[in-house]
Amino acid sequence: MAKMNMLHAINSALDITMAEHPQACIFGEDVGYFGGVFRATSGLQEKYGKHRVFNTPLTEQGILGFANGLAAFGAPALAEIQFADYIFPAFDQIVNESAKFRYRSGNEFNVGNLTIRTPYGGGIAGGLYHSQSPEAYFAHTPGLKLVVPRNPYQAKGLLRACIKDDNPVIFFEPKRLYRASTGEVPEGDYTIEIGKAEVVKEGKDVTVLAWGAQMEIIEQAAAKAEEAGISCEIIDLRSILPWDAETIAKSVTKTGRLVISHEAPITNGFGAEIAATIQKECFLHLESPIERVCGLDTPYPLALEKEYVPDALKVFAAIKKSVEF
Amino acid sequence: MTNPNNISLNISHALEFIDGHALNIPTLKILSEDGDILDGATAPDLDKETALRIYSTMRFIRLLDERMQAAQRQGRISFYMQCLGEEAAITASAAALKQEDMIMAQYREQAALHYRGFSLEQFMNQLFSNEKDLGKGRQMPVHYGSNELHYLTISSPLGTQIPQATGYAYGQKLKHIDAQSGELSSEIDNVTICYFGEGAASEGDFHAGLNMAAVHKAPVLFFARNNGYAISTPADEQFKGDGIASRGVGYGIKTIRVDGADTLAVYAATQKAREIAVTTGEPVLIESIAYRLGAHSTSDDPSGYRTKDEEAEFKSNCPVARFKAWLLKQGWLNEEEDEAQKDKIREEILAALKVAEKIQKPALEELVSDVYDTPIPALQKQYEELKEHIKQHPDAYPITAGRIK
Ligand SMILES: Cc1ncc(C[n+]2csc(CCOP(=O)(O)OP(=O)(O)O)c2C)c(N)n1
Repeated sequence: MAKMNMLHAINSALDITMAEHPQACIFGEDVGYFGGVFRATSGLQEKYGKHRVFNTPLTEQGILGFANGLAAFGAPALAEIQFADYIFPAFDQIVNESAKFRYRSGNEFNVGNLTIRTPYGGGIAGGLYHSQSPEAYFAHTPGLKLVVPRNPYQAKGLLRACIKDDNPVIFFEPKRLYRASTGEVPEGDYTIEIGKAEVVKEGKDVTVLAWGAQMEIIEQAAAKAEEAGISCEIIDLRSILPWDAETIAKSVTKTGRLVISHEAPITNGFGAEIAATIQKECFLHLESPIERVCGLDTPYPLALEKEYVPDALKVFAAIKKSVEF
Repeated sequence: MTNPNNISLNISHALEFIDGHALNIPTLKILSEDGDILDGATAPDLDKETALRIYSTMRFIRLLDERMQAAQRQGRISFYMQCLGEEAAITASAAALKQEDMIMAQYREQAALHYRGFSLEQFMNQLFSNEKDLGKGRQMPVHYGSNELHYLTISSPLGTQIPQATGYAYGQKLKHIDAQSGELSSEIDNVTICYFGEGAASEGDFHAGLNMAAVHKAPVLFFARNNGYAISTPADEQFKGDGIASRGVGYGIKTIRVDGADTLAVYAATQKAREIAVTTGEPVLIESIAYRLGAHSTSDDPSGYRTKDEEAEFKSNCPVARFKAWLLKQGWLNEEEDEAQKDKIREEILAALKVAEKIQKPALEELVSDVYDTPIPALQKQYEELKEHIKQHPDAYPITAGRIK
C-alpha cells in the first residue's frame, strides 16, 4: 500500500493500463507534456511516448469522435474532457454514437474500449462553467455506464474496472477531492465492481445516499445526526448507470427512510430516478416520504455558492425531517 | 470555368497535391519595433485623440492586469486572466469600430471593453462579484459584459460566441432590409466583431460559425488572436496549415493576417475590414499574430511547458512600448507626463479595489432570478424553503442571513 491522493490514484490506474496494452492511448486538452490542467496524466507522456499520450486540438467533439473511432478499431481509448462542463460539445458523439455503436450495428462494431474521464462538481469557487454535475443527462442514455468515485482507493479500483469494462464508460472525477486528502491505495492492480453500491456505514433509522464528492457531505450530516441520537446507514452509490437498486432497497427496507443528496439541480436529477424506484420497491416499508437534498433548479452560482449547495446542514435537516415525519 | 458546385475548375493533367502552407499568407506590419513607419508601409488614418485613447487604454489594462494578478495571489479574488502581449491587438481592433458595433469576446479582451467605457469601478465590481456587478455575482472573475456598451457577457465554453456572432451580425444586416422590395441597402451601419483564440478555432463552433457567415453573408469580423498557446498546448499541436487565416480563405472569407503587436497594423486592418463588412455585408477574418506573454490564467504555470528563453525573446517585442515609441516620435506624448499618469492610475486602481472588496455580495434572491424571466413554481418553492432554512441557521450563512426579508 502507498499513500496517494486521488490524482495519484488515477495516474496509477492509467499507468497500469498503458503498460498493459501497447495501443492504449491517453488524449485530451493539455494532457500531453503538461500532464493535464489537474496533472492527472503527469509523467505518462515521458513514459509512453507522444504517439500514445498526446494533446488534442481544442475540440471536445473531435476528441470523442476520434475516441469512438480508436475504440472501434480496438485500442483502449482513454479520453479526457478537461471539465465536465465542456462535455456538451461532445454530447452528440457520446449520446448518439458511443452509446449506440453496439446496438445499431447488431454488435458488428462496438466502442467498449472507450473510457471518458472528466472532472466534475463544485466547491472550488468555479461558478457556472467549472462546477456542473452533468451525470443525469447521460443517465438517460441506454448504452453508457457512469461511475463516480469518492476517494483515492475507489478512484483507482473503479477506473480500472471502467477501462476493463466492455462498454463505453464516463468516469466523473470529483475535482474538489483531487488533492483534498490522501488514502491507502495499493500500488498494484485491482478493480472494484461497477454497478455495486457500497454500504459505507451501517445504521438503523435512516438510509442516507450520495455519490462522489457529496459523500463527504452526507458523512458530516450523519455525524451530526448520530449526536442527535439518529442512526444513519450511509451508502455510496458509486455507479450511476447501471445503479444498484437492490442494495438501496435492502437498506431502506431495514431503515424505512431514505435521504438522497446530489449536487446537480433537483428536477430530473438522478435522485428522482432513485426515489421513484425505491418507493415502488419499498412502498410498504417506508415510514416517511423519500427526501432529496440537491442543487436548486438554477445554474451553479459563484457568489452565493454556500447558499446554493446541498451542504451538511441541509442534509441534516432532511434527515431530521425524515425521522420526525 | 465555374460549375454548379461554386468551385473554380482549373483543370490540370499533372498529379499534384497542394501543400497545406501553399497559400503562404503575408503578415501586415506597419510599425517597426522602434516606433518608425516601415519602408513601403502606409500609416492608417489615425488622429491624435484616438491614438492617445488607444495608448491610455493599453496602459490602463497593463496596470489593472498587474494589480489584479497580484490581488489573486493575495487571495483577494479567486481568479484572473491577463491580456499581456495582446494589448495592441485587442485595443486597436476595438478602436477601429463604432461604439454601437457589437463585441463578442472570448475572455481575454478586457482592453476592448475598457475602450468602450467600462469603468474601473465596473471592472472591480465584477471581479469581486459584489452586488453592483452587472452579472449579479454569478460568474467567475473576468466574465464581464455590458448591454449598454454592446459587449456580450463572456461565457466560459470556448467558441460558442463564434456562430452567435454570425447570427447577430445577420440581424444587424436585416435591420436594413427594405420591407417593400425585400432588398438590402448597400450600406449597413453596424457590424459584429468576434474575438477568439487559435485554440478555440479548433472547436466545431468555429467551423459552423465561419461557414454560415460566408454562405449567408453576415457582416461579422472574425478576429483570431493567435498567441501561440492554448493553456499549455503550443500552436503546432493545435493546427497544421497556414495558421487560422488559411481557414478563413478556405471558407471563402476575405482574410488578412497582421502583426498583433503592431497597433497601427491592427488598426489599419480592422478599419478596412469594417469598411468591407458594411459595404458588402460580408464577413472578414483577421488573424493577429502575437505572443501570450503571461500565464494562461492565475490557475496556470507556464514554466511547466515553455522556457524562460522563449518568453524573454518575446518580451522584448512589447506592443505597448512599440506604440509608445511612435507616439513619442509624433510628439503626441511626453515621458514625464506618462510616468505621472501611471502612478495616478495605480493609486486609483488600489482605491477602487478597496471599495469594491467591501461592497456586500448579491442578495439571496439573485440566486433564483434570471433563470427564467420569472421563477417557475418549483424554483419559487425551493427558494422559500431555502429562506426558511437560512433563517433557522443564520450563523451558517453569514453573507445572506441578515438580509432576508
Ligand atoms: C469548450 C471548452 N473546452 C475547454 C475549455 C477550457 N479552456 C479554457 S481556456 C482554454 C485555452 C484557450 O486557448 P485559446 O483559444 O488559444 O485562447 P488564449 O487563452 O490563448 O487567449 C481552455 C482549454 C473551455 N473553456 N471550453
